[in-house]
Amino acid sequence: MAIDLKVNGQVHTLDVEPDTPLLWVLRDELGLTGTKFGCGVAACGACTVHLDGEAVRSCVTPVSTVAGKEIVTIEGLGAGGLTDVQKAWITHQVPQCGYCQSGMVMAVAALLKTNPHPSDADLQAAVTNICRCGSYPRIRAAVRELAGKA
Amino acid sequence: MTTRRMVLLGGVAAGGALIVGYALWPSHRRERENALAAGPDERFVSNWIKIANDGIVTVIVPHCDMGTGNITALTQMAAEELDADWSQMRGEQAPPDPLFANGALAEGFILSGQNIGYGQVPAFLRGLVGNSFRTIAEYKNLQITGGSSAVRFTGVYGMRVTGAAVREMLVMAASARWNVSPDACRTEKGRVFHGGKSFGYGELAAEAAAYTPSDNPVLKSPDKYTIVGRPVPRFDVPAKVNGTAQYGIDVRVPGMLYAALRIAPVFGAKLASVDSVAAEKMRGVSKVVKLDDAVVVVADRFWRAKNAVESLAPVWRKSGNEDETSARITAKRDALLKSGPVKSDVKTGAGADALAKGKLVEAQYSVPYLAHAQMEPVNATALFKDGTLEVWSGTQDGLGARAYCAEVAKLPLEKVTFHQLQMGGGFGRRLPGYFNFLRYAAQTAMAMPGLPVKLLFTREEDMQHDYYRPNVISCFRAALDGKGAPLAWVNDYTTEDDPNPEAHIVYDIPNQAIGAAKLTTSIPTGPWRSVEASWHGFFIESFVDELAHADGADPYAYRRTLLAQRPRHRAVLELAAQQAGWGTALPKGRARGIALFESFQTIVAEVAEVEVDDKGALTVHRVTAAVDAGTTVNPDGLRAQVEGGIIFGLGAVLNGAISIDKGRVMQANFPDYEMVKLADCPQIEVHLSNSDGPYGGGGEPGVPPLAPAITNAIFAATGARIRDLPVRGQDLVAAITHPPQKQTSG
Repeated sequence: MAIDLKVNGQVHTLDVEPDTPLLWVLRDELGLTGTKFGCGVAACGACTVHLDGEAVRSCVTPVSTVAGKEIVTIEGLGAGGLTDVQKAWITHQVPQCGYCQSGMVMAVAALLKTNPHPSDADLQAAVTNICRCGSYPRIRAAVRELAGKA
Repeated sequence: MTTRRMVLLGGVAAGGALIVGYALWPSHRRERENALAAGPDERFVSNWIKIANDGIVTVIVPHCDMGTGNITALTQMAAEELDADWSQMRGEQAPPDPLFANGALAEGFILSGQNIGYGQVPAFLRGLVGNSFRTIAEYKNLQITGGSSAVRFTGVYGMRVTGAAVREMLVMAASARWNVSPDACRTEKGRVFHGGKSFGYGELAAEAAAYTPSDNPVLKSPDKYTIVGRPVPRFDVPAKVNGTAQYGIDVRVPGMLYAALRIAPVFGAKLASVDSVAAEKMRGVSKVVKLDDAVVVVADRFWRAKNAVESLAPVWRKSGNEDETSARITAKRDALLKSGPVKSDVKTGAGADALAKGKLVEAQYSVPYLAHAQMEPVNATALFKDGTLEVWSGTQDGLGARAYCAEVAKLPLEKVTFHQLQMGGGFGRRLPGYFNFLRYAAQTAMAMPGLPVKLLFTREEDMQHDYYRPNVISCFRAALDGKGAPLAWVNDYTTEDDPNPEAHIVYDIPNQAIGAAKLTTSIPTGPWRSVEASWHGFFIESFVDELAHADGADPYAYRRTLLAQRPRHRAVLELAAQQAGWGTALPKGRARGIALFESFQTIVAEVAEVEVDDKGALTVHRVTAAVDAGTTVNPDGLRAQVEGGIIFGLGAVLNGAISIDKGRVMQANFPDYEMVKLADCPQIEVHLSNSDGPYGGGGEPGVPPLAPAITNAIFAATGARIRDLPVRGQDLVAAITHPPQKQTSG
């Protein structure tokens, strides 16, 4: 089945099974490997991308449900230069192994769009992604700064 | 079980006992280094250091990146001795070639094991001994990242020496140009000066490379350090915020296929048969590959391979482990500790006989199996073509991985190429001895000659075919004198290895007896961040806490008294207590617990502040850590590692448990093997205190004190003594209303 997928502003026509998770389409069909596979069951958030501006977990998002919508991946987020979230991630030296950080950055970027001044409680309610290296204290510090609450 | 220590010491023990001074490579080796890892305008001047014409100095680090910042820290150590300009420094991961084997690592392990100081080897032996370490490292394919070893071994024995040697060579080159004595020159910020004249290192590099590096260059006095000790931003961070960092899972090779697998769920079981006809007709499927203990589907896309492998109904041949359960293993473990044999490891004074001389206190603790659950499931890409094997993966030992793949493929080493990629977490999972992902990938590639195949474990396969932190029990008895001070300390525990040095205590107790009983089970086990320290830290620091309470003493003051002979430990304990506000009032339901543990030559004390509400729900509000790693190379990097260690330890305290039923692992993914998230993350403060101690490791020492700091705080808050991890499932309310029986007797 042919599906038109709009990713980072570019339309791709793809022949994939409709139930294929968006994650594998991004990684294996389009070569956008910045979006990571962590669990396959929407439990870790490593695969977070933006769908019409909202954070979604692409590993459980069938590609057939997102045809025609605006999909933005980590590659698209900073395409015009590093975003404030990414800059704060560098300032606070957030990543360790870094594997979860594409998903973290996408989740935080989506939160800040709807809630530019999140409290710690807002942050932890919205961002339930898993980081195994333990970068959480720095994520919290970076978001406090972004929220003007540092 | 083979522990990480055995792997390392097994590799170097043949080298004998002595050393010092990392033997630097003669010039003919530098030509090969240049061919392997230098660009057109660059050249190696000595081991691991290349300098470009424009003055950019690149340090080739013989470790892999798994997020600990080791490449940056080691580059700082080389740059310091080089008197480099930090803005011109770069760090790179060494290719997995024997030329970049890590002789300094071998040297460091031997030195630290035998407490031989730097400079104690007679000068006439130094070159010989140093060379033999290099040879051993090459022979044993040693390029490990683990054991919190990068700074304290590679940095101390390798990077400082090579940095200082290169500086001397640059000075010689400059002094020859000026026709003055090298002593009349000085170096600063990437330039050699003589009076008002100077040359940049880039201008001198080609001439400097013609000199023979000294194996014993003069090292800087630490009070002159300007780069070591500075919190520099890590080299690897920018690529990790925009998705460009390349992990093993991200490799793309032209024409690449994808593989998903199903491993025999029962440990030790083999594949008997599988009907592959239907699966081979599924879209995109190339082949169903039958391996000894797994079935693999190769397809043009991972999703198709995964669906096809899940459609199979493989028949497994029994291993005899089908009836194994957690309860049976626990019973076996406990019986072993009661009936022995227990191998004695430490005996001081009258040992266990001294128990009769005072008030007896007894307690027993345990920890369950744990999975690593690194965020990137294990994977490898392999291509078998014309009798050669090429492999791409993220491992904690690129050279060891190459040697392992050669063994699996039964190919000579020179027919195997290995590409080392970044790891989405390691924590011990990707060390040599635990390379099942490389085996399956290499075997699959050999069944698909000429075609590159990326084999990826699903999270479920990753969690159910890990090498788990072992299930351990530890039994303590102590005798307290009339003033409450311990007279005797007796500790027996189970181990799957030799007795663990991590069970040795730093407290001043005159009569000690420590021993281990060896347990074997069908469950594969392996090193997990901080290894033996992760459980002995919990055991020892819980029991010391119980002794303090048995005496009615303050747990901080009690420890402090027992550390009278250990000024460094005592200072770290004091710093943590002071920064945490030990002894100050807290809101109702809250309490603090303290613990101290030294591991990987770094001393860490942590104070946890917890709250248990009337429904028994536990919240960890705050953790204050104090750290003495001797000299800190990158303070911000070390802080990050200790923060990470605290979070890693927190998961094991709150939720971590892998259980066994019918010979297989019951947990499969994050919903049933729960991880710590932002909402669980306490406020963490890390205080560093430099000392004159040796350089300590950074990646692991934050883990061990965390569990006992929390469980000691739970006791202080509720009277409930947590002796078995994790806390989850234990009724803290019952403990409040029905306090446990007193543990003291006699």
